[in-house]
Amino acid sequence: MTTAKEWPLWEVFIRSRDGLHHKHAGSLHAPDAELAIQNARDLYTRRSEGVSIWVVPSADIVASEPADKDSLFDPAASKVYRHPTFYTVPDEVTNI
Amino acid sequence: MAGSDSSQQGSDRPELVAAPDEAAMETAFQARIDAETRIEPRDWMPDKYRKFMIRQISQHAHSEYVGMLPEGNWITRAPTLRRKAALLAKIQDEAGHAAYLYSAAETLGTTRDQTLEDLHSGKAKYSSIFNYPVLTWADIGTIGWLVDGAAIVNQVALCRTSYGPYARAMVRICKEESFHQRQGFEIITTLAHGAPEQKEMAQDALNRWWWPALMMFGPHDADSPNSEIAFKWKVKRQSNDQLRQRFVDMTVPQAEFLGLKVPDPDLTWNAETGHYDFGPIDWDEFWRVVKGDGLCNRDRLAARRTAHEDGAWVRDAAMAHAAKKRAAKQDAA
Repeated sequence: MTTAKEWPLWEVFIRSRDGLHHKHAGSLHAPDAELAIQNARDLYTRRSEGVSIWVVPSADIVASEPADKDSLFDPAASKVYRHPTFYTVPDEVTNI
Repeated sequence: MAGSDSSQQGSDRPELVAAPDEAAMETAFQARIDAETRIEPRDWMPDKYRKFMIRQISQHAHSEYVGMLPEGNWITRAPTLRRKAALLAKIQDEAGHAAYLYSAAETLGTTRDQTLEDLHSGKAKYSSIFNYPVLTWADIGTIGWLVDGAAIVNQVALCRTSYGPYARAMVRICKEESFHQRQGFEIITTLAHGAPEQKEMAQDALNRWWWPALMMFGPHDADSPNSEIAFKWKVKRQSNDQLRQRFVDMTVPQAEFLGLKVPDPDLTWNAETGHYDFGPIDWDEFWRVVKGDGLCNRDRLAARRTAHEDGAWVRDAAMAHAAKKRAAKQDAA
Protein backbone atom coordinates (compact mmCIF):
# COMPACT_ATOMS: atom_id res chain seq x y z
CA MET A 1 0.00 0.00 0.00
CA THR A 2 1.29 3.39 -0.96
CA THR A 3 -1.12 5.72 0.81
CA ALA A 4 1.03 8.58 1.99
CA LYS A 5 -1.16 9.86 4.75
CA GLU A 6 -4.75 9.45 5.74
CA TRP A 7 -7.26 12.14 4.79
CA PRO A 8 -7.65 14.78 7.51
CA LEU A 9 -10.59 14.70 9.90
CA TRP A 10 -13.40 17.28 9.72
CA GLU A 11 -16.20 18.09 12.12
CA VAL A 12 -19.60 18.45 10.48
CA PHE A 13 -22.36 20.83 11.58
CA ILE A 14 -25.82 20.70 10.02
CA ARG A 15 -28.64 23.24 10.01
CA SER A 16 -31.69 21.00 9.89
CA ARG A 17 -33.97 23.79 8.67
CA ASP A 18 -33.76 27.54 8.25
CA GLY A 19 -34.34 29.31 11.52
CA LEU A 20 -32.32 26.80 13.57
CA HIS A 21 -28.66 26.73 14.60
CA HIS A 22 -26.13 24.49 12.94
CA LYS A 23 -25.65 21.53 15.23
CA HIS A 24 -22.76 19.08 15.47
CA ALA A 25 -23.64 15.97 13.47
CA GLY A 26 -20.38 14.01 13.57
CA SER A 27 -17.07 13.84 11.79
CA LEU A 28 -15.58 12.44 8.61
CA HIS A 29 -12.38 12.21 6.61
CA ALA A 30 -11.89 14.23 3.42
CA PRO A 31 -8.87 15.54 1.49
CA ASP A 32 -10.17 19.13 1.37
CA ALA A 33 -13.06 21.36 2.39
CA GLU A 34 -14.95 20.93 -0.86
CA LEU A 35 -14.99 17.14 -0.62
CA ALA A 36 -15.72 17.36 3.10
CA ILE A 37 -18.95 19.20 2.25
CA GLN A 38 -19.84 16.63 -0.39
CA ASN A 39 -19.07 13.71 1.89
CA ALA A 40 -21.06 15.35 4.67
CA ARG A 41 -24.00 15.65 2.28
CA ASP A 42 -23.81 11.91 1.58
CA LEU A 43 -23.10 10.88 5.14
CA TYR A 44 -25.35 13.11 7.25
CA THR A 45 -28.22 14.26 5.03
CA ARG A 46 -29.37 11.11 3.24
CA ARG A 47 -32.88 11.65 4.62
CA SER A 48 -33.27 15.39 4.19
CA GLU A 49 -31.75 16.14 7.59
CA GLY A 50 -30.23 19.44 6.47
CA VAL A 51 -30.43 22.66 4.48
CA SER A 52 -26.92 23.90 5.25
CA ILE A 53 -23.59 22.32 6.16
CA TRP A 54 -20.51 23.66 7.94
CA VAL A 55 -17.27 21.71 7.96
CA VAL A 56 -14.33 22.59 10.20
CA PRO A 57 -10.93 20.85 10.35
CA SER A 58 -11.04 18.89 13.62
CA ALA A 59 -7.50 20.03 14.38
CA ASP A 60 -8.75 23.63 14.51
CA ILE A 61 -11.32 23.01 17.24
CA VAL A 62 -10.26 24.50 20.54
CA ALA A 63 -11.99 22.87 23.49
CA SER A 64 -12.16 23.44 27.23
CA GLU A 65 -10.36 20.90 29.38
CA PRO A 66 -12.60 18.32 31.06
CA ALA A 67 -10.44 18.77 34.17
CA ASP A 68 -11.44 22.44 34.29
CA LYS A 69 -15.13 21.60 34.36
CA ASP A 70 -15.62 22.52 38.02
CA SER A 71 -13.73 25.81 37.96
CA LEU A 72 -15.40 26.85 34.72
CA PHE A 73 -18.96 25.90 35.40
CA ASP A 74 -19.48 25.61 39.15
CA PRO A 75 -19.58 29.39 39.71
CA ALA A 76 -22.87 29.58 37.82
CA ALA A 77 -24.47 27.02 40.10
CA SER A 78 -24.70 29.41 43.05
CA LYS A 79 -26.21 32.29 41.07
CA VAL A 80 -29.83 31.35 41.22
CA TYR A 81 -30.74 35.05 41.11
CA ARG A 82 -30.01 34.88 37.38
CA HIS A 83 -33.24 32.97 36.91
CA PRO A 84 -36.69 34.61 36.95
CA THR A 85 -38.01 32.00 39.36
CA PHE A 86 -35.71 33.43 42.07
CA TYR A 87 -37.97 36.49 42.46
CA THR A 88 -41.24 36.76 44.27
CA VAL A 89 -44.12 38.37 42.45
CA PRO A 90 -47.50 38.88 44.21
CA ASP A 91 -50.20 36.57 42.88
CA GLU A 92 -52.48 39.43 41.85
CA VAL A 93 -49.84 40.93 39.55
CA THR A 94 -50.02 39.55 36.02
CA ASN A 95 -48.01 39.86 32.79
CA ILE A 96 -44.62 39.86 34.50
CA MET B 1 16.96 30.20 34.47
CA ALA B 2 13.65 30.98 36.04
CA GLY B 3 12.35 27.74 34.55
CA SER B 4 15.02 25.58 36.05
CA ASP B 5 14.53 27.32 39.40
CA SER B 6 10.90 26.43 39.55
CA SER B 7 11.50 22.83 38.51
CA GLN B 8 14.13 22.59 41.24
CA GLN B 9 11.57 23.90 43.66
CA GLY B 10 9.07 21.33 42.37
CA SER B 11 11.34 18.38 43.03
CA ASP B 12 11.97 19.66 46.55
CA ARG B 13 8.28 19.57 47.24
CA PRO B 14 7.12 16.15 46.09
CA GLU B 15 3.51 16.73 47.12
CA LEU B 16 3.24 19.21 44.23
CA VAL B 17 4.44 16.78 41.56
CA ALA B 18 2.87 13.60 42.87
CA ALA B 19 1.19 11.58 40.11
CA PRO B 20 -2.58 11.66 40.25
CA ASP B 21 -3.89 8.72 42.18
CA GLU B 22 -4.96 6.21 39.54
CA ALA B 23 -7.17 4.26 41.92
CA ALA B 24 -9.01 7.38 43.04
CA MET B 25 -9.55 8.40 39.43
CA GLU B 26 -10.90 4.97 38.62
CA THR B 27 -13.30 5.21 41.54
CA ALA B 28 -14.48 8.60 40.33
CA PHE B 29 -14.85 7.20 36.80
CA GLN B 30 -16.99 4.32 38.04
CA ALA B 31 -19.08 6.74 40.08
CA ARG B 32 -19.83 8.73 36.92
CA ILE B 33 -20.84 5.55 35.11
CA ASP B 34 -23.05 4.51 38.03
CA ALA B 35 -24.67 7.96 38.01
CA GLU B 36 -25.50 7.46 34.31
CA THR B 37 -23.20 10.30 33.23
CA ARG B 38 -21.92 9.60 29.73
CA ILE B 39 -18.17 9.41 29.21
CA GLU B 40 -16.96 11.84 26.55
CA PRO B 41 -13.80 11.61 24.42
CA ARG B 42 -11.49 13.88 26.41
CA ASP B 43 -12.61 12.70 29.82
CA TRP B 44 -10.20 10.64 31.85
CA MET B 45 -10.92 6.93 31.50
CA PRO B 46 -9.08 3.77 32.56
CA ASP B 47 -6.87 2.35 29.84
CA LYS B 48 -8.85 -0.87 29.94
CA TYR B 49 -12.10 0.98 29.22
CA ARG B 50 -10.49 2.79 26.30
CA LYS B 51 -9.19 -0.48 24.84
CA PHE B 52 -12.50 -2.24 25.42
CA MET B 53 -14.43 0.50 23.66
CA ILE B 54 -11.99 0.69 20.74
CA ARG B 55 -12.31 -3.05 20.28
CA GLN B 56 -16.10 -3.10 20.50
CA ILE B 57 -16.74 -0.01 18.35
CA SER B 58 -14.27 -0.98 15.64
CA GLN B 59 -15.65 -4.52 15.47
CA HIS B 60 -19.08 -3.02 15.12
CA ALA B 61 -17.82 -0.67 12.38
CA HIS B 62 -16.15 -3.57 10.55
CA SER B 63 -19.44 -5.49 10.65
CA GLU B 64 -21.26 -2.63 8.95
CA TYR B 65 -18.44 -2.31 6.45
CA VAL B 66 -18.13 -6.01 5.55
CA GLY B 67 -21.94 -6.27 5.64
CA MET B 68 -22.08 -4.39 2.37
CA LEU B 69 -20.32 -7.22 0.51
CA PRO B 70 -22.92 -9.99 0.56
CA GLU B 71 -25.64 -7.56 -0.48
CA GLY B 72 -23.61 -5.73 -3.11
CA ASN B 73 -23.57 -8.83 -5.29
CA TRP B 74 -27.36 -8.59 -5.61
CA ILE B 75 -27.75 -4.99 -6.75
CA THR B 76 -27.66 -5.91 -10.43
CA ARG B 77 -29.87 -8.94 -9.80
CA ALA B 78 -32.68 -7.20 -7.94
CA PRO B 79 -36.00 -8.23 -9.52
CA THR B 80 -37.50 -4.73 -9.91
CA LEU B 81 -36.33 -1.14 -9.96
CA ARG B 82 -38.14 -0.55 -6.64
CA ARG B 83 -36.18 -3.37 -4.99
CA LYS B 84 -32.95 -2.18 -6.58
CA ALA B 85 -33.35 1.38 -5.32
CA ALA B 86 -34.14 0.09 -1.81
CA LEU B 87 -31.16 -2.27 -1.78
CA LEU B 88 -28.82 0.47 -2.98
CA ALA B 89 -30.10 2.81 -0.28
CA LYS B 90 -29.66 0.11 2.34
CA ILE B 91 -26.09 -0.60 1.31
CA GLN B 92 -25.31 3.11 1.27
CA ASP B 93 -26.67 3.27 4.82
CA GLU B 94 -24.34 0.44 5.86
CA ALA B 95 -21.39 2.45 4.54
CA GLY B 96 -22.69 5.43 6.52
CA HIS B 97 -23.07 3.33 9.67
CA ALA B 98 -19.50 2.11 9.30
CA ALA B 99 -18.36 5.73 8.92
CA TYR B 100 -20.23 6.91 12.06
CA LEU B 101 -18.70 4.07 14.04
CA TYR B 102 -15.17 4.45 12.70
CA SER B 103 -15.36 8.11 13.71
CA ALA B 104 -16.59 7.15 17.18
CA ALA B 105 -13.62 4.76 17.53
CA GLU B 106 -11.25 7.52 16.44
CA THR B 107 -12.39 9.76 19.29
CA LEU B 108 -10.63 7.23 21.54
CA GLY B 109 -7.27 7.85 19.92
CA THR B 110 -7.03 5.26 17.15
CA THR B 111 -6.48 6.25 13.54
CA ARG B 112 -8.69 5.18 10.66
CA ASP B 113 -5.70 3.62 8.90
CA GLN B 114 -4.81 1.51 11.93
CA THR B 115 -8.39 0.38 12.41
CA LEU B 116 -8.67 -0.71 8.78
CA GLU B 117 -5.26 -2.35 8.94
CA ASP B 118 -6.48 -4.46 11.87
CA LEU B 119 -9.46 -5.59 9.79
CA HIS B 120 -7.37 -6.37 6.72
CA SER B 121 -4.74 -8.29 8.67
CA GLY B 122 -7.42 -10.42 10.33
CA LYS B 123 -6.52 -9.12 13.80
CA ALA B 124 -9.93 -7.49 14.29
CA LYS B 125 -13.16 -9.44 13.98
CA TYR B 126 -16.51 -8.57 12.45
CA SER B 127 -19.89 -10.21 12.82
CA SER B 128 -19.69 -13.83 11.66
CA ILE B 129 -23.09 -13.58 10.02
CA PHE B 130 -21.44 -12.01 6.98
CA ASN B 131 -19.35 -15.11 6.44
CA TYR B 132 -22.40 -17.00 5.22
CA PRO B 133 -23.16 -17.05 1.48
CA VAL B 134 -26.11 -15.20 -0.04
CA LEU B 135 -27.41 -17.73 -2.53
CA THR B 136 -30.82 -16.46 -3.68
CA TRP B 137 -32.92 -13.30 -3.75
CA ALA B 138 -34.83 -14.72 -0.79
CA ASP B 139 -31.58 -14.47 1.18
CA ILE B 140 -31.60 -10.72 0.62
CA GLY B 141 -35.09 -10.55 2.10
CA THR B 142 -34.11 -12.81 4.98
CA ILE B 143 -31.01 -10.78 5.75
CA GLY B 144 -33.13 -7.64 6.08
CA TRP B 145 -35.74 -9.41 8.16
CA LEU B 146 -33.53 -11.54 10.46
CA VAL B 147 -30.01 -10.14 10.34
CA ASP B 148 -31.03 -6.49 10.49
CA GLY B 149 -33.78 -7.49 12.91
CA ALA B 150 -31.23 -9.07 15.26
CA ALA B 151 -28.89 -6.11 14.77
CA ILE B 152 -31.68 -3.74 15.79
CA VAL B 153 -32.33 -5.67 19.01
CA ASN B 154 -28.61 -5.45 19.81
CA GLN B 155 -28.31 -1.82 18.80
CA VAL B 156 -31.38 -0.50 20.58
CA ALA B 157 -29.78 -1.88 23.74
CA LEU B 158 -26.59 0.04 22.88
CA CYS B 159 -28.30 3.43 22.50
CA ARG B 160 -27.76 3.92 26.25
CA THR B 161 -24.19 2.64 26.33
CA SER B 162 -21.84 4.63 28.55
CA TYR B 163 -19.53 6.08 25.89
CA GLY B 164 -21.17 9.20 24.43
CA PRO B 165 -19.98 9.08 20.80
CA TYR B 166 -20.89 5.38 20.55
CA ALA B 167 -24.35 5.95 22.02
CA ARG B 168 -25.00 8.86 19.64
CA ALA B 169 -23.92 6.79 16.63
CA MET B 170 -26.27 4.03 17.80
CA VAL B 171 -29.25 6.38 18.04
CA ARG B 172 -28.68 7.49 14.48
CA ILE B 173 -28.11 3.97 13.22
CA CYS B 174 -31.25 2.61 14.91
CA LYS B 175 -33.37 5.29 13.24
CA GLU B 176 -32.03 4.32 9.85
CA GLU B 177 -31.98 0.60 10.38
CA SER B 178 -35.71 0.07 10.73
CA PHE B 179 -36.24 0.61 7.01
CA HIS B 180 -33.72 -2.18 6.39
CA GLN B 181 -35.74 -4.67 8.33
CA ARG B 182 -39.01 -3.62 6.73
CA GLN B 183 -37.73 -3.82 3.17
CA GLY B 184 -36.45 -7.33 3.94
CA PHE B 185 -39.74 -8.37 5.45
CA GLU B 186 -41.58 -7.01 2.42
CA ILE B 187 -39.39 -9.10 0.09
CA ILE B 188 -40.05 -12.23 2.14
CA THR B 189 -43.77 -11.49 2.38
CA THR B 190 -43.97 -11.21 -1.41
CA LEU B 191 -42.13 -14.50 -1.87
CA ALA B 192 -43.98 -16.33 0.89
CA HIS B 193 -47.32 -15.31 -0.60
CA GLY B 194 -46.18 -15.95 -4.17
CA ALA B 195 -45.83 -19.08 -6.34
CA PRO B 196 -44.94 -22.39 -4.63
CA GLU B 197 -41.37 -22.09 -5.92
CA GLN B 198 -41.07 -18.63 -4.39
CA LYS B 199 -42.41 -19.83 -1.06
CA GLU B 200 -39.96 -22.70 -1.16
CA MET B 201 -37.16 -20.23 -1.78
CA ALA B 202 -38.26 -18.17 1.23
CA GLN B 203 -38.40 -21.30 3.42
CA ASP B 204 -34.96 -22.41 2.25
CA ALA B 205 -33.51 -19.01 3.14
CA LEU B 206 -35.10 -19.11 6.61
CA ASN B 207 -33.70 -22.61 7.11
CA ARG B 208 -30.19 -21.42 6.40
CA TRP B 209 -30.28 -18.06 8.21
CA TRP B 210 -32.25 -18.81 11.38
CA TRP B 211 -29.47 -20.34 13.45
CA PRO B 212 -26.71 -17.96 12.32
CA ALA B 213 -29.07 -15.08 13.22
CA LEU B 214 -29.46 -16.48 16.76
CA MET B 215 -25.67 -16.74 17.01
CA MET B 216 -25.39 -13.01 16.29
CA PHE B 217 -26.12 -12.35 19.97
CA GLY B 218 -22.90 -14.10 20.94
CA PRO B 219 -22.15 -16.97 23.32
CA HIS B 220 -24.37 -17.88 26.26
CA ASP B 221 -23.94 -15.55 29.23
CA ALA B 222 -22.00 -18.23 31.12
CA ASP B 223 -19.48 -18.47 28.27
CA SER B 224 -19.16 -14.76 27.60
CA PRO B 225 -15.94 -13.65 29.30
CA ASN B 226 -16.33 -9.94 28.47
CA SER B 227 -19.84 -9.60 29.79
CA GLU B 228 -19.01 -8.91 33.43
CA ILE B 229 -16.85 -5.88 32.74
CA ALA B 230 -19.23 -4.71 29.99
CA PHE B 231 -22.04 -4.61 32.56
CA LYS B 232 -19.88 -2.89 35.16
CA TRP B 233 -19.04 -0.12 32.70
CA LYS B 234 -22.61 -0.05 31.37
CA VAL B 235 -21.37 -0.74 27.87
CA LYS B 236 -24.00 -3.47 27.89
CA ARG B 237 -27.22 -3.41 29.82
CA GLN B 238 -28.78 -6.67 28.70
CA SER B 239 -27.13 -10.04 28.39
CA ASN B 240 -26.62 -12.00 25.19
CA ASP B 241 -29.25 -14.53 26.24
CA GLN B 242 -31.80 -11.87 27.18
CA LEU B 243 -31.43 -10.16 23.81
CA ARG B 244 -31.52 -13.46 21.94
CA GLN B 245 -34.75 -14.39 23.73
CA ARG B 246 -36.29 -11.04 22.84
CA PHE B 247 -35.42 -11.60 19.19
CA VAL B 248 -36.93 -15.09 19.17
CA ASP B 249 -40.11 -13.83 20.84
CA MET B 250 -40.45 -11.05 18.27
CA THR B 251 -39.62 -13.12 15.22
CA VAL B 252 -41.52 -16.39 15.66
CA PRO B 253 -44.98 -14.74 15.24
CA GLN B 254 -43.66 -12.99 12.10
CA ALA B 255 -42.64 -16.36 10.63
CA GLU B 256 -46.11 -17.69 11.50
CA PHE B 257 -47.70 -14.76 9.67
CA LEU B 258 -45.59 -15.62 6.63
CA GLY B 259 -46.61 -19.28 6.80
CA LEU B 260 -42.93 -20.27 7.11
CA LYS B 261 -41.58 -22.84 9.51
CA VAL B 262 -38.76 -21.93 11.88
CA PRO B 263 -36.22 -24.77 11.51
CA ASP B 264 -36.18 -25.77 15.16
CA PRO B 265 -38.09 -28.91 16.24
CA ASP B 266 -37.76 -27.85 19.90
CA LEU B 267 -39.38 -24.46 19.42
CA THR B 268 -42.45 -24.19 21.69
CA TRP B 269 -44.39 -21.46 23.41
CA ASN B 270 -43.90 -21.60 27.16
CA ALA B 271 -47.02 -20.15 28.77
CA GLU B 272 -45.37 -20.21 32.17
CA THR B 273 -42.42 -17.97 31.27
CA GLY B 274 -44.27 -16.08 28.54
CA HIS B 275 -41.41 -16.81 26.14
CA TYR B 276 -40.59 -19.27 23.39
CA ASP B 277 -38.31 -22.12 24.36
CA PHE B 278 -35.89 -23.02 21.63
CA GLY B 279 -33.41 -25.78 20.85
CA PRO B 280 -29.64 -25.88 21.39
CA ILE B 281 -27.38 -23.68 19.28
CA ASP B 282 -24.46 -25.32 17.48
CA TRP B 283 -21.63 -23.46 19.20
CA ASP B 284 -19.00 -25.53 17.40
CA GLU B 285 -20.20 -23.98 14.18
CA PHE B 286 -20.20 -20.52 15.80
CA TRP B 287 -16.56 -20.79 16.95
CA ARG B 288 -15.48 -22.36 13.67
CA VAL B 289 -16.79 -19.33 11.75
CA VAL B 290 -15.41 -16.85 14.30
CA LYS B 291 -11.98 -18.45 13.95
CA GLY B 292 -12.01 -18.00 10.19
CA ASP B 293 -13.42 -21.21 8.79
CA GLY B 294 -16.86 -20.08 7.67
CA LEU B 295 -17.87 -20.50 4.05
CA CYS B 296 -16.98 -16.93 3.04
CA ASN B 297 -14.38 -15.63 5.55
CA ARG B 298 -11.55 -15.66 3.03
CA ASP B 299 -13.66 -14.18 0.22
CA ARG B 300 -14.91 -11.33 2.36
CA LEU B 301 -11.49 -10.31 3.61
CA ALA B 302 -9.95 -10.65 0.15
CA ALA B 303 -12.69 -8.44 -1.33
CA ARG B 304 -12.13 -5.85 1.42
CA ARG B 305 -8.37 -5.82 0.92
CA THR B 306 -8.68 -5.55 -2.85
CA ALA B 307 -11.12 -2.66 -2.58
CA HIS B 308 -8.79 -0.87 -0.17
CA GLU B 309 -5.68 -1.45 -2.25
CA ASP B 310 -7.36 -0.60 -5.55
CA GLY B 311 -8.65 2.61 -4.00
CA ALA B 312 -5.25 3.71 -2.69
CA TRP B 313 -4.34 5.71 -5.80
CA VAL B 314 -7.65 7.60 -5.57
CA ARG B 315 -7.00 8.52 -1.94
CA ASP B 316 -3.44 9.57 -2.78
CA ALA B 317 -4.52 11.55 -5.84
CA ALA B 318 -7.17 13.40 -3.85
CA MET B 319 -4.59 14.37 -1.24
CA ALA B 320 -2.11 15.49 -3.93
CA HIS B 321 -4.83 17.52 -5.64
CA ALA B 322 -5.79 19.18 -2.36
CA ALA B 323 -2.13 20.04 -1.65
CA LYS B 324 -1.72 21.50 -5.16
CA LYS B 325 -4.85 23.63 -4.78
CA ARG B 326 -3.67 24.87 -1.40
CA ALA B 327 -0.28 25.81 -2.85
CA ALA B 328 -1.86 27.63 -5.80
CA LYS B 329 -4.06 29.60 -3.41
CA GLN B 330 -1.04 30.59 -1.32
CA ASP B 331 0.89 31.69 -4.40
CA ALA B 332 -2.03 33.83 -5.54
CA ALA B 333 -2.32 35.50 -2.14
